[in-house]
Amino acid sequence: MSDEAKRKPAKRPRAEMPCQDPAERVRNFNEVALGYDEELAVAEAERCLSCKDSKCRDGCPVDVDISGFIAKIRDRDFRGAYEAIKGTNSLPAICGRVCPQETQCEAKCLLGRKGEPIAIGRLERFAADWAMSQGKDRPADIKPNGRRVAIVGSGPAGLTCAGDLAKKGYEVTIFEALHAPGGVLVYGIPEFRLPKRIVAEEIDNLRALGVNIQCDVVVGRTITVDELFDEGYDAVFLGTGAGLPMFMNIPGETLNGVYSANEFLTRTNLMKAYLFPEWDTPIKVGRRVAVVGAGNVAMDSVRCAKRLGAEEAIIVYRRSEAEMPARLEEVHHAKEEGVIFHTLTNPVRILGDEKGWVCGLECLRMELGEPDDSGRRRPIPVKGSEFVLEVDTVVMALGTTPNPLVSQTTPGLEVNRWGCLVTRDEDGLTTRDLVWAAGDAVTGAATVILAMGGGKKAAAAIDRVLRG
Amino acid sequence: MFEILKKRDLTPVTKLFVVEAPLVARKARPGQFVIVRVTESGERIPLTIADYDAGAGTVTIVVQEVGLTSRLVGALGEGERILDFVGPLGRPAPLTDRGPVVLVGGGFGVAPIYPIAKVLKTKGVKVISIIGARTKDLLILEEEMRSVSDELLVATDDGSKGHKGFVTDVLKQLIESGREIEEVIAIGPMVMMRAVSRTTEPYKLRTLVSLDPIMVDGTGMCGACRCTVGGEVKFACVDGPIFDAHQVDFDEAVRRGHMYDAEQKLALAKLEVAATGGRGGCACGGGR
Ligand SMILES: Cc1cc2nc3c(=O)[nH]c(=O)nc-3n(C[C@H](O)[C@H](O)[C@H](O)COP(=O)(O)OP(=O)(O)OC[C@H]3O[C@@H](n4cnc5c(N)ncnc54)[C@H](O)[C@@H]3O)c2cc1C
Ligand SMILES: Cc1cc2nc3c(=O)[nH]c(=O)nc-3n(C[C@H](O)[C@H](O)[C@H](O)COP(=O)(O)OP(=O)(O)OC[C@H]3O[C@@H](n4cnc5c(N)ncnc54)[C@H](O)[C@@H]3O)c2cc1C
Ligand code: SF4
Ligand code: SF4
Ligand code: FES
Repeated sequence: MSDEAKRKPAKRPRAEMPCQDPAERVRNFNEVALGYDEELAVAEAERCLSCKDSKCRDGCPVDVDISGFIAKIRDRDFRGAYEAIKGTNSLPAICGRVCPQETQCEAKCLLGRKGEPIAIGRLERFAADWAMSQGKDRPADIKPNGRRVAIVGSGPAGLTCAGDLAKKGYEVTIFEALHAPGGVLVYGIPEFRLPKRIVAEEIDNLRALGVNIQCDVVVGRTITVDELFDEGYDAVFLGTGAGLPMFMNIPGETLNGVYSANEFLTRTNLMKAYLFPEWDTPIKVGRRVAVVGAGNVAMDSVRCAKRLGAEEAIIVYRRSEAEMPARLEEVHHAKEEGVIFHTLTNPVRILGDEKGWVCGLECLRMELGEPDDSGRRRPIPVKGSEFVLEVDTVVMALGTTPNPLVSQTTPGLEVNRWGCLVTRDEDGLTTRDLVWAAGDAVTGAATVILAMGGGKKAAAAIDRVLRG
Repeated sequence: MFEILKKRDLTPVTKLFVVEAPLVARKARPGQFVIVRVTESGERIPLTIADYDAGAGTVTIVVQEVGLTSRLVGALGEGERILDFVGPLGRPAPLTDRGPVVLVGGGFGVAPIYPIAKVLKTKGVKVISIIGARTKDLLILEEEMRSVSDELLVATDDGSKGHKGFVTDVLKQLIESGREIEEVIAIGPMVMMRAVSRTTEPYKLRTLVSLDPIMVDGTGMCGACRCTVGGEVKFACVDGPIFDAHQVDFDEAVRRGHMYDAEQKLALAKLEVAATGGRGGCACGGGR
């Protein structure tokens, strides 16, 4: 192909992602983004410049060979593309769907300087979905090395660490507090964004590698880290996430009808309250629902509320739209679905009726002042601007911190002032020998791909140390 | 795992199960609870540990059938398995070395009182137990309680056994009689615990209760179980479930317990349809 012909497709806009129609999808929990077909994927792959010094790769926390796998899609070698991604990313079907690409790989793409960056996430998802449609991964040939590692928590950090160690011949057991493995991937992120069959498939792949998963074990209660060592584990990896919900500590937070986003999403996703009464766990969604916050968790909550039948689903956020931490795509999808955004609005009080149910959310209007520590302009209240949003359900999506159950029951395991586990090196070694940690438990609430990257590093370090 | 080794019908609506759960048994302490789930599409419900035997690897639970899930649990038989059985959750009851301690158990609440009495007894603490129910046939674990109490007092609402009236009447008489009492621990329906709290408050008598708010995970992850204690919001599953009664906002706790009244009726209706269609005869023992 001449240089000329190679360059041309780059000028095209990126291939649109086929999506379920907004009017239709607010009435179901099926996946919103339908995925590229082969033709769309090849067309999008053709736009890639296959840069020698590909900047996109620097934006990926797990160093996916982006230009390499895209070239293979362009050449219709879909299996090869999948394997190229799998080289460094063990959960591509998940990352392709939930990575905040616009701040990671796609943010660095050369094409993004003038036009639209390559849709790297969508292509990654395509390759992974294609491979899944072709049947199971062939289980690798594994020689057991006789050493045992306990993994605490089955979120992306734990799953990745477990997979890497199992491939190296370790006997790996994952201990999970809930009745189903997957962490936030199953209890937090909704079906319409990440179908649970995909998570289940990835977990099956791990089981095929010989990983043993024990649900219903709360480490710190059912068994302690020290007892795991007593049981003969040679090392322990903590991927316990950041599951403790924060509240605002404003009046009215214990009224009936106030949820933490964790409870709202766990009832909806893990317990499938959207199928109540066919499934047994109920959820209460009023006619007007306010979700406080504007991260991924808030977007997921507000879009669930809409699907659960709320007539009005409202985001209440104290900063402006530019500061919203959610993935762009989620904000865009939420808007398409009719979610109402009250930005520069801060709740000060939840109002209740005579029976103790929520009947309103009193808010203050805000304006943006000087930038704060995070570099974002600080919101300051406008005096006398109180007003009441009439709502009957309030969901607090303000962020989460790590659960102290493990640190409180493990002598010598240090946490910092935010409750995050202290690590002694890049690999996630904690202040206890032979105990590593990664993911949200170390960083505080972050991303799937960072948790995976951390789990990977820890696996490599565990292998180095245990081999001596 | 989680096989039911023994089942005993304590009353038509109250069932005792001895469950094989070695990891839970090894760590269990009085005051802690487990969360169970019995079907793939089922709800998670908390049940207090009513006894445990680390050697045998068993945990005893007592369930009172009130709604859908508790009935599904109650319908299980020996040899069947409980799908999920996770614990021990919550903080163990803080047990004093100084007696006498008055233990008050109402309804199914007698079951969680039992391991507390047992441990106090082995510590040599004097235990006076007051157990109650609506009527004689609903009274549970009387013999077991007698064996671990220095004194056992019984109350039934209808007077079919022991004192006619509430456990709080008996408690009040006990206090008024001038007997030495170090502290009171009361477990039972929220309204009973509120009544006990109101009874002991004027005497500034240290009183502990075990709150039973609606829960989901039981590990501090969801906040469903929050309650106000001493003006602060606490998560009962990790900060409790046992709290200083005089600090608890009972009205709020009772109110939060009604969050899903409408949905619970719906769920039960589903079960009744299934029961009349399927197994023949209603499993319902008359509800509460
Ligand atoms: C609603 C929501 C939406 C999100 N959306 C995105 C997104 O679009 N893109 C993105 O990149 N990130 C997103 N995130 C963030 C991302 O999901 C997390 O950063 C990531 O899941 C962290 O992984 P982890 O393995 O550290 O922990 P988690 O996924 O939190 O998993 C931790 C696991 O450990 C278990 N556990 C905890 N304590 C114990 C214990 N004591 N014993 C046994 N098990 C224990 C927990 O039950 C849980 O299963 C979202 C988060 C939420 C809540
Ligand atoms: C720490 C704790 C210990 C408990 N110990 C026992 C025990 O030893 N024996 C016993 O019989 N019961 C116990 N309970 C109460 C028991 O969990 C509820 O009766 C049960 O959840 C009812 O479920 P259901 O579907 O049968 O009834 P539903 O019809 O759903 O509800 C009936 C009542 O139970 C309450 N309830 C409903 N769902 C939950 C839930 N997920 N968590 C807590 N309460 C709920 C409701 O507020 C309502 O008042 C305990 C509760 C807690 C929190
Ligand atoms: S893993 Fe995430 S950041 Fe890395 S290339 Fe894939 S989508 Fe981009
Ligand atoms: S920077 Fe963009 S155009 Fe260049 S290789 Fe990466 S994805 Fe392709
Ligand atoms: S039950 Fe979820 S935090 Fe207590």
